[in-house]
Amino acid sequence: MSQLFDHTWSLMRFILRRDRIRLPIWILSFVFVSAGIVLVFDNLYGDDIERQAIAETMENPAMVAMVGPNYGGADYTTGAMTAHEMLVMTAAIVALMNILLVSRHTRGDEEEGRLELVRALPVGRLSSITAVLLVLAAVNAVLAVLTGVSMAALQVESVDLHGSLLFGAALGATGLFFAALTAVFAQLTQNARATTGLSIAALLVFYMVRAIGDVMSEALSLTSPLGWILRAKPFVENTWWPVMLSLGLAVALSILALYLNSIRDHDSGFLPTRAGRTEAPATLRGPFGLAWRLQRTGLIAWAIALFILGISYGSVLGEIERFFEGIDLFQQLIVEQEGFSLIELFIPVLSSVMAILASIPAIMVMLKVKTEEKNGRMEHVIGRSVSRWRVAFSYWLLAALTAITMLFLTGSGLGLAGNAVLDEDLPLGTYIGASFVYLPAVLIMIGLALVFIGFLPSFASVIWLYLGLSFFVVYLGELLQLPDWVEKLTPYGHIPGIPLDEVNYGVLAVMIAIAVLLSVAGAYGFRRRDLKT
Amino acid sequence: MTVVKTQGLSKTFGDFKALDGVDIEVKEGEVFGFIGPNGAGKSTTLRVLLGVLKASEGSAEIFGKDVWKDAVDIHKRVAYVPGDVNLWPNLTGGEVIDLFGRLRGGYDKGRRDELISRFGLDPGKKCQTYSKGNRQKVALIAAFSADADLYIFDEPTSGLDPLMERVFSEYVQEAKAQGKSILLSSHILSEVEKLCDRVAIIRKGRIIETGTLKEMRHLTGSLMFIETDQPIPDLAELRGVHRVQAFDGGWSFQVDADELDAVVRHLSAFGIKRMESRPPTLEDLFIRHYEETETGAGGGV
Repeated sequence: MSQLFDHTWSLMRFILRRDRIRLPIWILSFVFVSAGIVLVFDNLYGDDIERQAIAETMENPAMVAMVGPNYGGADYTTGAMTAHEMLVMTAAIVALMNILLVSRHTRGDEEEGRLELVRALPVGRLSSITAVLLVLAAVNAVLAVLTGVSMAALQVESVDLHGSLLFGAALGATGLFFAALTAVFAQLTQNARATTGLSIAALLVFYMVRAIGDVMSEALSLTSPLGWILRAKPFVENTWWPVMLSLGLAVALSILALYLNSIRDHDSGFLPTRAGRTEAPATLRGPFGLAWRLQRTGLIAWAIALFILGISYGSVLGEIERFFEGIDLFQQLIVEQEGFSLIELFIPVLSSVMAILASIPAIMVMLKVKTEEKNGRMEHVIGRSVSRWRVAFSYWLLAALTAITMLFLTGSGLGLAGNAVLDEDLPLGTYIGASFVYLPAVLIMIGLALVFIGFLPSFASVIWLYLGLSFFVVYLGELLQLPDWVEKLTPYGHIPGIPLDEVNYGVLAVMIAIAVLLSVAGAYGFRRRDLKT
Repeated sequence: MTVVKTQGLSKTFGDFKALDGVDIEVKEGEVFGFIGPNGAGKSTTLRVLLGVLKASEGSAEIFGKDVWKDAVDIHKRVAYVPGDVNLWPNLTGGEVIDLFGRLRGGYDKGRRDELISRFGLDPGKKCQTYSKGNRQKVALIAAFSADADLYIFDEPTSGLDPLMERVFSEYVQEAKAQGKSILLSSHILSEVEKLCDRVAIIRKGRIIETGTLKEMRHLTGSLMFIETDQPIPDLAELRGVHRVQAFDGGWSFQVDADELDAVVRHLSAFGIKRMESRPPTLEDLFIRHYEETETGAGGGV
């Protein structure tokens, strides 16, 4: 029995060694962002009155759907504000970190045959997966403590040590829950891509369940790990049971993962794989057909997820309307906004967030060129009578079509659900237009990805960092009252908010021109460099 | 007519010089063997020829066209099998073969099915379940079902079993009989010996020997075994005699072709009981080249 875990410690050190740069970057980013937000909030709002004013604007279903219920609304201290506005989003990104790390060290290694080499050594059968889970436990613990301690160390009134540690622990516990969940998925699916895909899908579903639950039903919200963790209410009530619940379930899922790992064959999964076709379908005839075929499943999943996201946001619009009916303050607010209804004020905010999420699959399609190259499969295509221009253009075209489809789906999801619950319908075109107007920004991101592929392929993941920054700026720009120029650092910041802003077609045309220029430059770079394997 | 021609072909990766003035020439209708140990530059040369890597210096042409600029045109008439065949895990072998055929711009469907049964591949399985040998079969089937004028193989049989190696040889010979050219890199020397008309030996990015096997054998001379009544005291000192070894009660050694006559005359004085001679195998040539360049003349390389 003990042999099952031989050399777990050595493998843990090996994982730490492999990720000696990756892990500190992840952990420190969370520490800096969390502590930084406390400082920003503390400096931004001078007194209780200002904070209380913000608290009232937060008391609406749209915000509740996005960040969760406002437990500290009655006494909106800096601590309560931080927990309310930051906890669920940060926890979701910590979850994402855990998903990527676990998938990489479990299925990723197994798929590439590296795990087989390790298993051939005198190493226990369960050592590898145990090592991964233990390292992740340590990573989340360090993240939790460092985040908590650094937030408390700022000596901001209301951000006390107890609350700070709970905030950190909530992040860490959520992270560990998703690490364990991903470890289970890694046993079910047969490759790393499916593991990551399934885990991220679960994360999105949990987020949406929480969003709908927080607006409509507390019980529904409690079925989501992102929902119950909010009930820790750091800085307000400081309850620890949600953290314990996450940790307990993480342990249970880890044991399940170990069990499933012990009863399956190396390289196999539990989800069935079908017998394939012996001949290629007519659609699989060029680089475009290949690009589509390789990513079809993922893209369909993304399309469904984003459509549901649109519907989730849309279904909340009715609640917003009902909420504000009869509140004088907000009636005035609406009048102040030159005749736009409150719903119309929310559409651009929701559209911008959805546009950034819709960019993810489009960028993924473009970056697939790099993955294909790295795995030595691009050579098969280039080595036949297919020019590199055509390869680059095929993936670009699929990425652009993906962007168009995804924006259309988020916009129409929002509109269909919104109009179903609103008393007064808005034209569906307004919703779709608000979403679709982001197309030039997404095209610029695709173009940038192609530039990286053409000139700096090993740094291509920087594009994700840029997208993350864009999300941060667009999502929090208003809350943090960042200066306007910060927003202009991302292509998304140049897009007019429909129906509030007047659409300047000149700006959009210039953006499209930039996107085309970047794409052509990237393709040129790809044409003139060596393939790397 | 020359099909492949490189002149002074060099390729550097950072500080590392992978190819250092490679000159090779493949003529129409011949099977050209390209041999050398791991890391000598075989695959790099082939990948430059394929337009996957860009040459740092020198020229490389296929069908008289530049391999980099006219890659797409050239590839319409070329079939290539890489040394390490990586395929898409979620496509089946059959799908990949069809895709490759279409990417090339046409292939023979009947021949594809024939090749699949000759190589014994199950085309309905996902590539992630294939062994190295099976992935290689996929690439070989795709290559041979293409009606190409030049076939480039990079260690094509390294994962195949002996039966499949034989099938491969048959198809190479068939292609040659149809007047097609084949460029084959390998370190399985018996295979090169059996298939190739001309051979180039590459070492540390340089061609150190090129020619027909006959020419190379002439340079190397014969391998002899001799058993005599009386001992031969000065055998190792004789001009043109190399690698003398005691063997089975006699001596085995190598004799340069132009000294053969003198050596045999000298030896006959000792009363020959048994004498055997065989031409050197490619392995002998190869090892001799490497030993020489490694110790003596090779110091400058």
